[in-house]
Amino acid sequence: MAKKIIATASLSGCFGCHMSFLDIDAKILDLIELVEFNKSPIDDIKKFTKQCDIGLIEGGCCNDENVHNLLDFRKNCKVLVSVGECAIMGGLPALRNMVPLQECLEEAYLNGPTVRDCNENKIIPNDPELPKILNKVYPCHEIVKIDYFLPGCPPTAELIWNALVTLATGAELKLPYESVRFD
Amino acid sequence: MGETVHAIIRNYNGDPTRLMDILIDIQSQLGYLSEWTIEQIAKSLDIPKIDVEQTVSFYHFFTKEPRGKYTVYLNNSVVTGFYKVDEIVKTFEKEAGCSFGRVSPDGLIGLFSTACIGMSDQEPAAIINEQVFTRLTPDKVKTLIAGMKDGKTIEQLKGSSYGDGQNANPLMKATVKNHIRKKGEVIFSGDYTAGDALRKIKSAKMSSNDVIDIVKKSSVRGRGGAGFPTGMKWEVARKAQGEPKYIFCNADEGEPGTFKDRVILTEEPKLVFEGMTIAGYAVGARYGILYLRNEYMYMKKYLVSILQDMERDNLLGTAIGGKNGFNFDIRIQFGGGAYVCGEESALIESAEGKRGEPRDRPPFPVEKGYLQKPTVVNNVETLCTVVKIITKGHEWYNTIGTRESRGTKVLSISGDCEEPGIYEIPWGFSVNDILKMTGARDVQAVQVGGPSGSCIAANEFGRTLAYEDLATGGSLIIIGKNRDLLKDVVLNFAEFFREESCGSCVPCRALTGMSKLVMEKIVSGKATVSDIDRLVSWAPIMKKNRCGLGQTALNPILTTIKNFRHLYDEKVKGNSEIINPAFNLAAATADYEAAVKN
Ligand SMILES: Cc1cc2nc3c(=O)[nH]c(=O)nc-3n(C[C@H](O)[C@H](O)[C@H](O)COP(=O)(O)O)c2cc1C
Ligand code: SF4
Repeated sequence: MAKKIIATASLSGCFGCHMSFLDIDAKILDLIELVEFNKSPIDDIKKFTKQCDIGLIEGGCCNDENVHNLLDFRKNCKVLVSVGECAIMGGLPALRNMVPLQECLEEAYLNGPTVRDCNENKIIPNDPELPKILNKVYPCHEIVKIDYFLPGCPPTAELIWNALVTLATGAELKLPYESVRFD
Repeated sequence: MGETVHAIIRNYNGDPTRLMDILIDIQSQLGYLSEWTIEQIAKSLDIPKIDVEQTVSFYHFFTKEPRGKYTVYLNNSVVTGFYKVDEIVKTFEKEAGCSFGRVSPDGLIGLFSTACIGMSDQEPAAIINEQVFTRLTPDKVKTLIAGMKDGKTIEQLKGSSYGDGQNANPLMKATVKNHIRKKGEVIFSGDYTAGDALRKIKSAKMSSNDVIDIVKKSSVRGRGGAGFPTGMKWEVARKAQGEPKYIFCNADEGEPGTFKDRVILTEEPKLVFEGMTIAGYAVGARYGILYLRNEYMYMKKYLVSILQDMERDNLLGTAIGGKNGFNFDIRIQFGGGAYVCGEESALIESAEGKRGEPRDRPPFPVEKGYLQKPTVVNNVETLCTVVKIITKGHEWYNTIGTRESRGTKVLSISGDCEEPGIYEIPWGFSVNDILKMTGARDVQAVQVGGPSGSCIAANEFGRTLAYEDLATGGSLIIIGKNRDLLKDVVLNFAEFFREESCGSCVPCRALTGMSKLVMEKIVSGKATVSDIDRLVSWAPIMKKNRCGLGQTALNPILTTIKNFRHLYDEKVKGNSEIINPAFNLAAATADYEAAVKN
């Protein structure tokens, strides 16, 4: 069986989901028997070099760069999976969704206690090279179609592993009650 | 202020189960329920402050902030939208100097919107300081606001031309119209004299079991929507343990497009109260409570005087009709503006002074209802029907209607037709018959039974109104071809259910909100086929909700997806499933661009 090709990205996440992924420990040796990595921070491939089978997305979208990245993943991956709370719901970054962007930026760059006295020219960073902040943090499925969701903050290594094996081999996924209960 | 609060509480003997009445009276006098007032109430009733808070926060008409010397509640129901309500809204805002949801800077006028107020045949309508103003036009609104600025009383604002029939009664002086277009053989037959059924019971020496027997033989079914056999309900309540027992008349009438109970209560209040009394006799109940929606507060004085008349005539009170041991008293319980309170167990909770949250059943109200005592809840029309059955006999009644649906149905008809109003017809008429009767042309759809019923297309207009075919609590909203069905009707209903869900059940609370968002997406042309599929997939989940509200809340969406699928398909045509058409990067970064420009 040809190896499935996978790609991963951390958008507006904390890399916690990727760290959790690495918690599969020695199983990583089994993993490379099963899949081949393409664009991913794990192998540091920066650009897609071929069409992939599976894309794992950590984090939601907080700026336009995240959006472009996500669209790129959607274009290049047959199956896209939202991994973890931030990808699925926006997570912690989405706490700012309750505050208008203008106020957020002012607090962060102009008025906050740690910047108040040193941002002399009262500038909100605006270099064209910088990604543009979105009006709110979006979960991935509000921007592109997401095929599967792996809940958790972060999802356990076991859940990520099982999901990957399932997607790579077409086996049935066993979802223990603990992983899908809601209260 | 303190004296007002305490006097009102004393009026109700400091009884915490009368919290609704206490709050209504205090707010009526002081305009709003301040933090201080709430504390005083809690202390005097010796209940936790949070108990008062939660009741206050549950109902639409209670407020912790002043809502103006004149408080306008403009109806925002579907049918109002048919009458250029946007212009009315604009005129109100311009003349009052504040937007809806706010009070004018001088505190004079508050503008608020509210769900259907039971005036769908005379829209646009608004409630101002407990009085109803119908058929509003921009000019009328200008006059009203000018009057408010001149300090006119609400009576002066109403003017002197009142509605027909008892609407013009000196105790009501309402500008509301009855619009009774067709009188039937049962409710509006015009041959009723107060006490008819009570006299019959006496002359024919009917025992309470005899009464139940006749009601069962007439196979009358509840007119509140569920169609439960009335005789059976009474029998269970009669056999239930616990004293005293209670009879509730459900006049909450919150289903948008329904207004028949208002007209029955206006023209035949004694028929309603006698029906409650007969139920009391049959069940062995000592007290009756008419639960009347807050929107009908303008009827209060009138109905209270009717109760007094009936007491004077020995049709209520003790030893009714000279029958020793037959005692029955009726009081009126007002609601606070919440559709869910029409659900019988929520209605009981509300009458006990609590949030109107439906109870888990069993136990059913007939076993443990008001104050945990056996309680019968019946619709206004059901109770009236029983009086006629006792008076004229079940044989007579059984000759009217169809096999499974005996008698007549009072229909509230509104929307795109020439003669909206009240039609009492025998069960068995087709929708087409009704459209003809009301002078409706170019009909796109008919909403049968309100938003919790179904929205049908022309291919089903041949169906008959009857329990065996198209059952209905009695409202038909006619929707013309010129209407944008999804935007003007379905979206409005979706917002209605989102607003009215009591929030106890997760599926109801969450999916009424989410379905509204998805509907907005569909209406704006930014949805995909999978959005429609998603809505459909929620149907079985909603069936798990505790009460009928949640169980039917998706009906406007589901029945239109079924019957008007092409409208949905047009909206999603060509939209990508892969990239969400509702997401617009330029719009999402606009705030940032603006922030860094300054
Ligand atoms: C959300 C909801 C609202 C209701 N509103 C009313 C109402 O306004 N009037 C009414 O008579 N029944 C209403 N009902 C039905 C009542 O729960 C109850 O079945 C009815 O009052 C029983 O009277 P009947 O047997 O005479 O029909 C409502 C039910 C639900 C679930
Ligand atoms: S279904 Fe909705 S309205 Fe009914 S009890 Fe549950 S949350 Fe409340």
